[in-house]
Amino acid sequence: MKNEHTLQVNAIENGTVIDHIPAQQLFKVIKILGLDKIENQITFGTNLSSDKLGKKAIIKITGKQFEETETNKIALIAPNAKLNIINDYIVTEKRVVKVPAQVVGLAKCVNPKCITNNEEITTKFTVFQTNGSISLKCHYCEKITDQDHLKIIVD
Amino acid sequence: MKNRSLVSITDYSKQEILYLLDLARKFENNPVSNLLSGRVIASLFFEPSTRTRLSFESAVQRMGGGIIGFSDSNSSSVTKGETLRDTIRTVTNYSDLIVMRHPLEGSAKFASEVSTVPVVNAGDGANQHPTQTMLDLYSIYKTQGTLDGLEIALVGDLKYGRTVHSLLMAMAMFDTRFHFISHPKLQMPDEYKIYLKEKNIHFTESAEFNKKVDSADIIYMTRVQRERFSDPIEYEKTKDTYVLRSNMLQSTKPSMRILHPLPRVNEIHIEVDNDPRAYYFEQALNGVFARQAIIATILGVDHLVK
Ligand SMILES: [Zn+2]
Repeated sequence: MKNEHTLQVNAIENGTVIDHIPAQQLFKVIKILGLDKIENQITFGTNLSSDKLGKKAIIKITGKQFEETETNKIALIAPNAKLNIINDYIVTEKRVVKVPAQVVGLAKCVNPKCITNNEEITTKFTVFQTNGSISLKCHYCEKITDQDHLKIIVD
Repeated sequence: MKNRSLVSITDYSKQEILYLLDLARKFENNPVSNLLSGRVIASLFFEPSTRTRLSFESAVQRMGGGIIGFSDSNSSSVTKGETLRDTIRTVTNYSDLIVMRHPLEGSAKFASEVSTVPVVNAGDGANQHPTQTMLDLYSIYKTQGTLDGLEIALVGDLKYGRTVHSLLMAMAMFDTRFHFISHPKLQMPDEYKIYLKEKNIHFTESAEFNKKVDSADIIYMTRVQRERFSDPIEYEKTKDTYVLRSNMLQSTKPSMRILHPLPRVNEIHIEVDNDPRAYYFEQALNGVFARQAIIATILGVDHLVK
């Protein structure tokens, strides 16, 4: 397993490898990072076995690096994701994702009576972390959306 | 506070609350003025709430201000499908301040971001109703002479009742001791209990009326609504368990006062109305003075109040 992992990481010359994505979140991660809209070569594997996650997914993007503010967005759905930034076949940076303090325009408020679910409004949340799970407090209605009810808005 | 919207009671600091209470007292002594002469206040009630609307409109008119607006969404452009964003932008052109009641939660915050004039939240769904809190605070302040170090019993629906949540947040600034008395299904939500624990504020919790009310300075009663129970029998039982009766007041403090945001159903027996500790009808009148203080301050005429 260890060897296979290393092999996968080393398989690109320049770019980013995102590992430890929960398999069921793969397509949301692709959406959040806008990978479906870029020209770069992308390969992904999913339903790979993982001790931590059960089934995990891995994405390799050739010739692209991401700002931390961008990759932190996926922390909401893939908090254990790890990034390897690769230059000339060498991992030059290892990055974990950090849950951002504020989430703008990315999540849906759980409250059906929230103004943001009834009118075109960019959602805004303050993020709380308690016992390893994430919850979002709506800037507008003040209701808490917990991890189990978290819906990501992606177009 | 000048030109600032009021969306939630927590928008105000302890000092600002005390300032407004002092101002409310001045309005009570001298309610009629021309402080708002030439000013136009928009009163936008997207859902009807006669009590709140009349209280606001009375407050504005006692200061000589003009009022435009609507009292329910049937008479407004809302029926034509206009967005809140567009309604607020339009009304901004015609008014110096917007008072808004809306059934959706977070609508007041949103309106305050869209509007170029300050917005006063007159209730956004089950979320916030800060002027109600201010009138509760004024009632407590007036009857107890202070807000510091009081003991308050909150009774009834503590889970869904927004008035008790806002009152709790505000009184938590004043070293209050709380007693929560409610049906186990209508308990104070954890987030508020955690908040109090973090601030080291004492509270007790019980499922029935008990001796805790004897030391209380304020008993704050709330309505238990039928919709909160899926089982109608449970509702009927609950409804009767939390009824305040005269005999329960026998060993309470003479200075204690009973508050209720009104309208009541049956949670305060009418025999209590004659008790000198019953304060709920005067409480509503205090709303006019509290709202005068808030509006005058936001429009920057507070320094002219005598
Ligand atoms: Zn919301």
